[in-house]
Amino acid sequence: MHVPDGFINAPVSAVAGVVAAGAVAVSLKGARRELDERTAPLAGLVAAFIFAVQMLNFPVAAGTSGHLLGGALAAILVGPYTGVLCISVVLLMQGILFADGGLTALGVNVLDMGVVTTVVAYALFRGLLGVLPRTRRSVTAASFVAALVSVPAAACAFTLIYWLGGTTDIAIGKVFTAMVGVHVLIGIGEALITALTVGAVVAVRPDLVHGARGLAAPLKLRVDGELVDAPAPTPEPAPAHRSTRGLWATGLVTALVLAGFVSFYASADPDGLEKVASDQGIDKEAKDHAAKDSPLADYGVKDVSDTRLSGGLAGVIGVGATLVAGSGAFYVVSRRRRTQGEEPSRTEERV
Amino acid sequence: MGAGHAHKLYRHGHSPVHDLPPHCKLAAVFCFVVVVVSTPREAVWAFGLYALLIAGVTALARIPAGFLLGRLLIEVPFVAFALLMPFVVPGEQTHVLGLSVSVPGLWGAWNVLAKGTLGVAASVLLASTTELRELLLGLQRLKLPPLLVQIASFMIRYGDVITDEMRRMSIARRSRGFEASGIRHWGVLAKSAGALFIRSYERGERVHLAMVSRGYRGSMPVIDEVTASRTQWAYASALPLLALAVCLVGWTL
Repeated sequence: MHVPDGFINAPVSAVAGVVAAGAVAVSLKGARRELDERTAPLAGLVAAFIFAVQMLNFPVAAGTSGHLLGGALAAILVGPYTGVLCISVVLLMQGILFADGGLTALGVNVLDMGVVTTVVAYALFRGLLGVLPRTRRSVTAASFVAALVSVPAAACAFTLIYWLGGTTDIAIGKVFTAMVGVHVLIGIGEALITALTVGAVVAVRPDLVHGARGLAAPLKLRVDGELVDAPAPTPEPAPAHRSTRGLWATGLVTALVLAGFVSFYASADPDGLEKVASDQGIDKEAKDHAAKDSPLADYGVKDVSDTRLSGGLAGVIGVGATLVAGSGAFYVVSRRRRTQGEEPSRTEERV
Repeated sequence: MGAGHAHKLYRHGHSPVHDLPPHCKLAAVFCFVVVVVSTPREAVWAFGLYALLIAGVTALARIPAGFLLGRLLIEVPFVAFALLMPFVVPGEQTHVLGLSVSVPGLWGAWNVLAKGTLGVAASVLLASTTELRELLLGLQRLKLPPLLVQIASFMIRYGDVITDEMRRMSIARRSRGFEASGIRHWGVLAKSAGALFIRSYERGERVHLAMVSRGYRGSMPVIDEVTASRTQWAYASALPLLALAVCLVGWTL
């Protein structure tokens, strides 16, 4: 999804840059509140983690693999402000060092992949945690939903930016269908991996999961054979609590709107996508996107504890098979690398 | 383009381009890309001239063409997207090589291809002639918030460490007979990602403590301030100024 130069026209890129700069400035302030003077080393290390985890390949069936985008994961693990910062820094470095994403499109990229993903994911996550019972399982479930929605949300944001300033007049409906359709699939993979990862961290160090703070059971002491509440430790200076209300409201509205879209597309997507693809010849585009950064879900669906998925997944398998069949050339390349015993590299999953 | 980014991206050398101060180069590349993006796409010759400019700088920096072209491959997904445009965009139809394609689609594809490629080429030139640390200093000099620069520098410094940790975990998994072949193994990989997060976070805490014990108060001391003389700015601005001239001619014609 890294937007190159020349894809969005100059004025819209400039406006997006200004908005993104504002968002980063707000996050810098917020991150200080989340992490105080530990901000620089911790956010830096988490950014390095996001950077590394984007290279961790998750195999999808038949030799293709996808990787994590990390927006939702970052938001849930370290909080929304630090999350935005980390993703933005990763994008900045990718743009300058790897020429991945254009320099003039940096604002668009940060806004789209950094801000929208993180904010939507975190708002949805907090909203769900407020409703669900306070258990570890609901943290996992909430991260699943948050990540699932955050990726198509970014696709919606991209479509909006494209509608405002795209340099080619493709009918906006087509762009929307293709982008959101594909990214719903990507979102499923992202959601699974994010939920599993958050689950793994919660199991070991629940105190590190920013989104699950306050979930730990109160400390009990056994005094004379019976359990009594330990004296409460000095309360932490609750970070970032002040601003969550506004975030909450916006997030909830966004989530509601998105839920409408997404559920509609999720139910219609196998047919809709295939039809659009064959009608308009967008299937090629879909393939590129999917192969580029999609952990497409496939038949290991049994492991999915979430029953909501099972319906859509049948279609996903069909589309996935078509996509995989289409990407023969890249498949051969990836196979060759695989047999060399190399960890598949970043370039491979990009093709 | 695997993990070790620091040394792989940068191509050590001594050339007029290498010797320019980083913030001059950053500003020059950014202005160049802005100029390229705002050139009208109908001025096909202008993009040829831009490519010549880039080629000139590449020669001046003694970067082999093969290196530059190899790094351009990062653009491939969008090339594929661009090639698709002539078939998707509605509008006046024309025939190229026996295929019916739309004229606005062709223009759109050309637009994305030309501008995207030039942008990538400029960034690649920047990254391959400037050391990472210098780039960060340059960004700081260009008034990027210091905290952001610090975060970026920590990310760059520890990127290799974290990636190596990930690689060691991968070796550990494989030496225990694990082979990731499908979605069934996502659980294991996600546990690795979780462990990686915990390790990174804890390392961050340790790094912070180490810094505090050495007198860190929230800002890094600047030891080597980068400065640029007027001549160096003039050299650096040659590229965007030439491009701007081309762009203006492109608009008037």
